[in-house]
Amino acid sequence: MNEIKKHILNPEKWIDLHADYLFNYTITRISDRDLAKDLVQDTFFAGLKAKENFQGKASERTWLISILKRKIIDQYRKMNSAKGRAEIKMSFYADGEHEGEWIEERVPSSWEAEVEKNIESSELNAVLEKCIGNLPEKYRTVFKMKTIQDFDTEVICKELDITASNLWVIIHRARTQLRKCMEDNWFKK
Amino acid sequence: MKISCDEATKICDQNQYKEASFLDKLKLTFHLFLCKKCGQYSHQNNVMTKCYEKHKLFEIKKNNCLKDEEKKCMKEELKTKI
Repeated sequence: MNEIKKHILNPEKWIDLHADYLFNYTITRISDRDLAKDLVQDTFFAGLKAKENFQGKASERTWLISILKRKIIDQYRKMNSAKGRAEIKMSFYADGEHEGEWIEERVPSSWEAEVEKNIESSELNAVLEKCIGNLPEKYRTVFKMKTIQDFDTEVICKELDITASNLWVIIHRARTQLRKCMEDNWFKK
Repeated sequence: MKISCDEATKICDQNQYKEASFLDKLKLTFHLFLCKKCGQYSHQNNVMTKCYEKHKLFEIKKNNCLKDEEKKCMKEELKTKI
């Protein structure tokens, strides 16, 4: 029987070998740069602490990623806490006789005819980034994973532990909020 | 067949990712036929999607790597714990 190669850990080289990879993995899931950096650092610390548990079956990187994944999930849980649930401005009446109808001041108003030309401007990204930044953390994460990172719906639902219908409600609210924000700060300015 | 503006625009959003069901798309078309406000939204939604596509390229171009000094800091902190 062939001897299976046993992997070993080499913490001195972790930063050089894995820091960029782990960071890239994190930043596509957690849009905050500083937070992503902290999670990577925490992963290395946790890895050191758990060194004894490493059995050498998986590669060093795979093992570190599995620690990082748990850290990211913990982060998502925090997003569901009070702070992460910051208010989002609703575009529709939530109840009463007008339930589901547009709230007057959030009805889409007509944009100028040069809209198409307008979106070619390089300044648009700065404004859009600001509008996305205004979304509550959870909405921002879901919206960016779906729209900017192109993750599959199932993947996002699995990672964030939400249902598909939940995801679409979040995407819907994020997009109506972003439309309004871009109307006020770009298209009608 | 009748749906609210909230539902209609939700389907409209879902449709931007090509993930709305056939029945939902039918309900949306029916709603858009009668509702100008949502028609406006639907039209602008296409523009917004173009903006997001553009933003995507901008995000990709952004350097998603750690800076050398950040790695240096990490290294030093890690060393103290080894």
